[in-house]
Amino acid sequence: MISYLVRRLLWIIPVLFAVSVITFTLMHAVPGGPWDREKRLPASVQARLNNEYGLDQPLPVQYVSWAIGFVTGDLGPSYRFQDRRVNDIVMSGLATTVQLGIMAFVLSVLVGIPLGITAALGHNKWPDYTSTGVAIIGIATPSFVLAILLIVVFAVQLGWFPTGGWKGPEYWVLPTIALAGFPIAVIARYTRASMLEVTRKDYIRTAHSKGVRNQSVVTRHMVRNALIPVVTILGPTLAFLVTGSFIIERIFNIPGVGQFYLNAITTRDYSLLMAMTMLYAFAVAFLNVVVDVLYAYIDPRIRYS
Amino acid sequence: MATVSRPIPGQIVRSRSSAGLWSDAFGRLRKNRLAIVGLVLVILLLLTGIFGPMIAPYPYDQMDLKAVFAAGGGPLPPLSPGHLLGTDQLGRDLLSRLLDGARISVSVALVVQVVIIVIGVPVGAVAGWFGGRLDNTLMRFTDVIYAFPDLLFIILLSVVFRETVLAKALDGLLVVFVAIGLTSWVTVARLVRGQLLSLKETEFVEAARAIGVSDRNIVTRHLLPNGISPILVAITLGIPAAILAEATLAFIGIGVQPPRASWGSLIAEGQKYIRSEPHLVVFPAIAIALALIGFTFLGDGLRDALDPKLKGKQ
Amino acid sequence: MARPEDATTEADAPTIIEISPADVRRVRTSAEPGLAKRRKADKLLSVRGLSTHFFTPDGVVHAVDDVSFDVDYGETLGLVGESGCGKSVSALSIARLVPNPPGRIVAGEIIFDGIDVLKLNDEDMRGLRGKEIGFIFQDPLTSLNPTLTIGYQIAEPIRQHMTLSQKAAIDRVVELLSKVGIPRAKDRLNDYPHQFSGGMRQRVMIAIALSCDPTLILADEPTTALDVTIQAQILELIQKLSDEFSTAVLLITHDLGIAAGMCDRVSVMYAGRIVETGTVDELFANPRMPYAWGLLDSLPRLDDVRGDRLRTIEGMPPLLIEPPDACRFEPRCRFSRDICREREPDLTPRENPLHQARCWATEPDGWIA
Repeated sequence: MISYLVRRLLWIIPVLFAVSVITFTLMHAVPGGPWDREKRLPASVQARLNNEYGLDQPLPVQYVSWAIGFVTGDLGPSYRFQDRRVNDIVMSGLATTVQLGIMAFVLSVLVGIPLGITAALGHNKWPDYTSTGVAIIGIATPSFVLAILLIVVFAVQLGWFPTGGWKGPEYWVLPTIALAGFPIAVIARYTRASMLEVTRKDYIRTAHSKGVRNQSVVTRHMVRNALIPVVTILGPTLAFLVTGSFIIERIFNIPGVGQFYLNAITTRDYSLLMAMTMLYAFAVAFLNVVVDVLYAYIDPRIRYS
Repeated sequence: MATVSRPIPGQIVRSRSSAGLWSDAFGRLRKNRLAIVGLVLVILLLLTGIFGPMIAPYPYDQMDLKAVFAAGGGPLPPLSPGHLLGTDQLGRDLLSRLLDGARISVSVALVVQVVIIVIGVPVGAVAGWFGGRLDNTLMRFTDVIYAFPDLLFIILLSVVFRETVLAKALDGLLVVFVAIGLTSWVTVARLVRGQLLSLKETEFVEAARAIGVSDRNIVTRHLLPNGISPILVAITLGIPAAILAEATLAFIGIGVQPPRASWGSLIAEGQKYIRSEPHLVVFPAIAIALALIGFTFLGDGLRDALDPKLKGKQ
Repeated sequence: MARPEDATTEADAPTIIEISPADVRRVRTSAEPGLAKRRKADKLLSVRGLSTHFFTPDGVVHAVDDVSFDVDYGETLGLVGESGCGKSVSALSIARLVPNPPGRIVAGEIIFDGIDVLKLNDEDMRGLRGKEIGFIFQDPLTSLNPTLTIGYQIAEPIRQHMTLSQKAAIDRVVELLSKVGIPRAKDRLNDYPHQFSGGMRQRVMIAIALSCDPTLILADEPTTALDVTIQAQILELIQKLSDEFSTAVLLITHDLGIAAGMCDRVSVMYAGRIVETGTVDELFANPRMPYAWGLLDSLPRLDDVRGDRLRTIEGMPPLLIEPPDACRFEPRCRFSRDICREREPDLTPRENPLHQARCWATEPDGWIA
């Protein structure tokens, strides 16, 4: 188990390396440079700036110096915000984004799994219909649409919540729901399918034949086995939360790390862009490893083999 | 009474009229009501996307500023004369723009899957068939692609290609399609590889080999037809993801260029009028919802119908 | 012929063991102490006219149709028949474990230990399951929960039905495991099913079935999923333990050899019906129904010539949807006559009143002597 975990974690390194190379190359393939503004700067000024920031070096050299900086924790200067270092920029928003992601994840799991379980237990009766209905709405509504609807109904019309910003708990509610909408639906559907499959298994019949109460059969035999496959979709769910958060941050004006991504691309802020991409890639890769290891751990057939 | 549901005993011999995998599956599909709903929606979408713009009342970019000013300066509501679903603030007919959006969504669905198949199937087939080091390298490569945060990567690719010839194609959409395809082929590749790996060891491969069928023929004529069902399901279920990705990108302004009307960009444009003229957001949102629901139900239905575990049971 | 184990004192044990070729089962006497204290009714299990149907989109499947049989305290009854004849469903019906939907017990009476099972409420029925009625299922791999330790799974019925302290329950589990022949039982309590071999898993199932000392065990093809070499061990174990605890066994099997070796009496099922019933001796020596003849005939024999074809019963069992009023075996029967197609025969006694058969031909006034 431990060796599996270590191997998986180490594997992240070459993956991140490949991601960085690809991103770096693509980044420099975007025409234009970081100095493009509405006003064109005189060529001499551009040349001087390029020299200062090392942009006149050949690409491989630039990459290596970036890599060295990255590994030592220095993410470089921001090209756009010239008086700030990328480290500071990222740090200023990281906690917010992580908080949003965690809240959305917890909400997805706490709502999605029970929804799926009740749907399966009330198969073809009203609990099934209502939770399947909720799930359908979840998959049919893109997160940005859900965000807009939530804002219009609960912030503008009813005035219960603010329309944007991140200044306190009341600011957290709508963005979290908007982000969690799709994962709730996916998790609920998956849990329902898994539960239904477990219901047909022989060992459930054995449990009944022992005279175990229905309640206990559900909680101790069905749920436990049904949740194991559900863990496998937590990986993609987390990946979705990581990448989807930046849209939500834009719509709700949340000062997280996502707002920088799009701007970094359009303004060719190379170092910020590299940092953002590496951050997201690392998050996805790392969370996937956590999920895989969790899966191997909770299934006794894998843990003790 | 214990409430478990199990296959039915006591049903001994049933003579099956045609034992083909497809006819069995089709029969099961027909009985699945949700799947039929999905199929209907999908067909509706395809028809609308292909023929819709031809029968649209107006070209999607035709403005009617006179009518707008006459009504007070804002978008016209639904059931206005000549505009069944209303117009936007420039007087462009919403219904016609929705039909254009349908065409875009259908293109997304098809083109992206073509890209996925063109890249994913060969990669997976090669990895699965040859195994060994080639398999390993290819799988490591797919791990890297898989690790990319997709949306972000699509944006990057779209912006990168924006200035190239590719970008001009299809009003900026081809870029997006290719970008989405480049990040989504991994699942199909892995599926194809998995199918080949398991089928490779079976007996009919040995038999085919014994009578001298070439390796390539074995793969294309024997293994692929049998292994194709999970791939078909994956493709169908991958379409909603592609449509969603395109809509999200259009919403933030990447991909489709105005005046073309992807449903995502319609929502972005309609945002500001949402309190007074919600139809600008509601109708595109409904369109997106129906497309996503349709393909998801159909995909689910296909998966249930083609599931070998359910074969022979009711 | 008495066997050494049946002797009540050592002085009675014969020094020379004479066993006749037919003497392969143990002999029961009603003087056995265990039985006397348990006996609450005339018979332990009395099934009368049981009909269990499955309501499917294609029609109503008469999986079990008007089936009657008895099991006495401590006796082993065999329910024999090919796949799909309704024997498993009959056993599930007794414990009311038939999946509903789509199945339902539509008629009949099941009296277990003096209790009318079909009239029990769910709570009381649950009290019987696992406590008075133990189940051994066919495939131990799928019948055990892969995510719970076997110690837990064996202890489950104990904790449900018996009031024992934690420690006493554990002790009992260990004792059960040793009794079913699992070595180092104490160390294996926290192991998971996949860590055991097939035969050992079935032993665990047996331990579960016996955990609360039931009066009846329903064993549904307990050895079919196991290696041939293990089968004999498991059957021996079941026999030994049911003797030791004076437990009645309803043994379901398609294997005549197993029925011959394990059972006191046998009921043969075909297409949802009982078609013949009697003691093992009677049935194997003098079957009175063409299906039984076919079954016995189809068994390979030591004196068969190599190269001869195996003898089979031609044809296939019928669909059980809305069966007509005719003998269900008739399409495959060599001896059938018109009356077999017109009316279904009843289960009637033959020379020995305990030996019953369902066949026009072998009735006292039938056309086969």
